Amino acid sequence: MNSGSVIEIKELSYGYEKETVLEDINLSVPEKAFLGVVGPNGSGKSTLMKLILGLLKPQQGEIYLFGKEIRRFKEWEKIGYVSQKANSFNSGFPATVFEVVASGLTKKLGLFQFFKKKDKVKVMKALESVGMANLSSKNIGELSGGQQQRVFIARALVSDPELLILDEPTVGVDAQNVNSFYQMLGELNKNRGITLLMVTHDIGTISDKVTHIACLNRNLHFHGPAKEFEQLSEGGLSEAYGHDIHLLAHHHDHGGVKR
Amino acid sequence: MIDAIFRYEFLQNAFMTGILIGIIAPLLGVFIVVRRLSLIADALSHVTLAGIAASLLLEKRLMMFNGLNPLYMGMAFSVGGSLFIEKLRAVYKHYQELAIPIILSGGIGLGVIFISLADGFNTDLFSYLFGSVTAVSRTDLWTILIISVSVIAVIILLYKELFLLSFDEEYAKASGLASKSIHFIFIIMVALVIAASMRVVGILLVSSLMTLPVAASIRIANGFKQTIFLSLLFGETAVLGGLTVAYYLNLAPGGTIVMISVAILVGAILYRKSNYGKKAM
Repeated sequence: MNSGSVIEIKELSYGYEKETVLEDINLSVPEKAFLGVVGPNGSGKSTLMKLILGLLKPQQGEIYLFGKEIRRFKEWEKIGYVSQKANSFNSGFPATVFEVVASGLTKKLGLFQFFKKKDKVKVMKALESVGMANLSSKNIGELSGGQQQRVFIARALVSDPELLILDEPTVGVDAQNVNSFYQMLGELNKNRGITLLMVTHDIGTISDKVTHIACLNRNLHFHGPAKEFEQLSEGGLSEAYGHDIHLLAHHHDHGGVKR
Repeated sequence: MIDAIFRYEFLQNAFMTGILIGIIAPLLGVFIVVRRLSLIADALSHVTLAGIAASLLLEKRLMMFNGLNPLYMGMAFSVGGSLFIEKLRAVYKHYQELAIPIILSGGIGLGVIFISLADGFNTDLFSYLFGSVTAVSRTDLWTILIISVSVIAVIILLYKELFLLSFDEEYAKASGLASKSIHFIFIIMVALVIAASMRVVGILLVSSLMTLPVAASIRIANGFKQTIFLSLLFGETAVLGGLTVAYYLNLAPGGTIVMISVAILVGAILYRKSNYGKKAM
């Protein structure tokens, strides 16, 4: 067991009913890495993420979190999670930004514990770190998509996680804010040393933002430092993406994937 | 009115019970509404009706059940119904709302059978359907007091867990929260509160006391705690106002309580329109 790995996955396979979604995945995420997991729709990205979060149980293979086998892993407060906002939250929900972020402390505080003054300070600090402190008393539904996503990151940060898992975090964030959003993630990674795992279908924009890339389409087609990924011949990529790679590369002219 | 309350025990019972359910029904209602489970209250109230009818039937047919408070049987059915709903929601994963009509019609069906087996009931049944100022007994009041204290205690102790589960169920699960157990405790509380509220509001209108005050406060509140506070305020206003009107005009309190709730709701909608323009929620 590699002690420097936050996540270690060995020969993992998973399928729904008859269809195999993930096959023989081996993946390790070193400490303080910023890993982008990319792949087309239906490539098993979300399934992989749910397995890591313990929402699904592995059918074959093993997952280790912070060196512990996932079934015996108990320290879930070490992991922050930012979901695809559109799927899991009701935008008419009557809660303030502050209340939403405070809910990120639920597991860490434990049953029958109440919020104390120092927890309130933590919430405000988390909001400051994503630049949302001035909106703390607004209802969450009044914010724009990008602002909401920052609030959800603050909710994940408030319990001081060592690993932050993000599922398509830029869905619903308007184009001009995507860059500052990635910049914020980069700072969390560099300045606070948080390991990041981000799942996205957006292969074009991220390769210059992350430190490592895993390219997934049922199998793992590439896994390594982002620099190597940029130099990768298109063979490996089109293996994962099929013909879509042309289309994707043209869509985004940020120069991430050089063809 | 105040005089009368001091003079008549039945009025004390009705108002004390009213004060209690004016707190617990909207309190649970907030969580029910934001989790989009509003119709569960309706389904469970109809199951409670079956329990009441079963109890009245047994009382009529078997001596040994004489004097049994129908509230207990109603509660037992309500809790049983809530467990059935959970089971059905698991069976029909992709049609979770199906559980509600199944349980609702099952409850009425069973209730109607019990009622016809007993060759109809006396006036009692009417008061169970629409509530009554005179029907609340001292034992009812004690039972409802115990339920209220337990529900308020559980909500305070599990507040942050219930909030997280309501706001974002997936996140709650991902953060390792025992969401199934918490949901289970929650649904049992809902079943008990429905049975407790039925004496005053009536079975057919119980769900309105859980949803209408919340529907009003959601329009104007800022944040979750304020939503709870306003819901309690509106619920309490509706219950006390409704009981007073019902007492003076000799009406069923279920109707007057609901109509005051509707008036508050309309007021909240208009208030928001005048303050915020036509901004959508």
